[in-house]
Amino acid sequence: MIAKLGLPFLGLAILIAAWHFYVRAFHVSPAVLPLPGVVLDAFLENWRLILGELKVTLLESVYGFGLAFLLGIPLAVMITSLPMLNLTFYPLLIATQALPKVALAPLILVWLGIGIESKLAIAWLVAFFPVVVDTATGLRATPAEYLDLAASVRANPLQTFTKIRFPAALPFVISGSKVAITLAVIGAVIGEFVGSTEGLGNLLLVANSQVNTALAFAALFALAILGIVLYVLVALVEFGLSPWFGGARHG
Amino acid sequence: MTHAESDHAVGTAPAPFGRIDNVAKLFGADRNARGGFVALEAISYTINAGELVAFLGPSGCGKTTLLRIVSGMTKPSSGRVEIRGKAVDGPYADFGFAFQTPNLLPWRSVIKNVLFPMEIKGRSDTAARRNAESLLRMVGLEGFALSRPHQLSGGMKQRVALCRALIHDPSLLLMDEPFGALDELTRMEMQDLLLEVRRVKKMTTLFVTHSIAEAIYLADEVLVFSRRPGRIIDRIRIALPYPRTPDMRYSAAFTDYERRASTQLGVMHARPHDR
Repeated sequence: MIAKLGLPFLGLAILIAAWHFYVRAFHVSPAVLPLPGVVLDAFLENWRLILGELKVTLLESVYGFGLAFLLGIPLAVMITSLPMLNLTFYPLLIATQALPKVALAPLILVWLGIGIESKLAIAWLVAFFPVVVDTATGLRATPAEYLDLAASVRANPLQTFTKIRFPAALPFVISGSKVAITLAVIGAVIGEFVGSTEGLGNLLLVANSQVNTALAFAALFALAILGIVLYVLVALVEFGLSPWFGGARHG
Repeated sequence: MTHAESDHAVGTAPAPFGRIDNVAKLFGADRNARGGFVALEAISYTINAGELVAFLGPSGCGKTTLLRIVSGMTKPSSGRVEIRGKAVDGPYADFGFAFQTPNLLPWRSVIKNVLFPMEIKGRSDTAARRNAESLLRMVGLEGFALSRPHQLSGGMKQRVALCRALIHDPSLLLMDEPFGALDELTRMEMQDLLLEVRRVKKMTTLFVTHSIAEAIYLADEVLVFSRRPGRIIDRIRIALPYPRTPDMRYSAAFTDYERRASTQLGVMHARPHDR
């Protein structure tokens, strides 16, 4: 147990140590790669600023993810329930998923401006597909024996959906959500990169342009922490549900 | 929908309970009946009330298909099934089904799994809950009502599945190789448990198995099926008295039944016993 919790931190410590000695040994300029200690100083000096920007990016990511969840699940339910809708929209959905969403970011900025709306839209757009596709996959993958059980007790289609197909698909919904939440953070940062006055992405750009590499790194770490915390939150939901799925989880 | 629950009484003399009439099943054939295969060929059988009938045969002989046809979950290609005077046309309220796997819903507790059929019928009330608790007590699972399926052993799961099949007091219990995946000792325990449950509940039971010993130990009558296309090649009336006890497995009569079934199945020389 100690090894399980301790070893990842050991890995992190090795990385930081290697970084430190690399900078020292090769006299790397602080503008290119500052020492870990300097980054930590920059983080502590600017923690109010970083926290404020983090809050902005957090909200953009979470709202974008929430919107993806709220719109994605009903869509997945519809396309898996009605073959006609599936044929109409699923190929389109897959095709759109292949499109790099970064390419849409400038357009979205033109449509929605540089406020939170455009970040939210991009975060939603990148998070939407994993939610829809994984939920749809889960709804289609109902074990045949569960459906047999439903037939044997004469469950109507609505009962079959609410009591069997949807709960059976929940592990897929969760694994889609794990992907979606990390993508939502990426989407929010893309939005901030393309045009924004706040957020960690913006802070990163500003620090970079001022060659304040230490602050840029501090912003980068804040982003990493944000992504990890959100991922862990979804993973905790999954863990909470795991008894429901016999410990067998997907994804 | 509820007519069946009230009259559960079974007469002493075997009375016709259901009829399988010239049932055949073709799978995967096109409109001209080409390219498919015949799973079942002209099966006729009269089911007596309160009896336990075993369908015994090799894998893929169509015995499971016949069971599903009796339940109405599969439609026959020709012929008909009548249960309690009514032609079967789709699943009806008056049977319980136990599957090859326990088929419990992993996100539900044991008692919620047992109550699942009642919930679907909209009758998951306190009476149903009491009934579920008494069924769990009967199969030795009191104290496990709130456990999750993944916390149970294979045998315990099948007991829960049996309770679920019986929760609405069906007059017909259909079992599709329910003990096939269990180890030998658990399996023999489950066989005694099933016989005990039947002694109390008196439901008519159709039991699919590929175990010769299991069929003989449980059944009033064993129907021996041929390889595909499935036909009934022998009907063995088992005269051993109930309650059946484990020592009967070693009686001369039991061995005679085993020999007869093995010979019919064509495994006499290769495998005197199943498994």
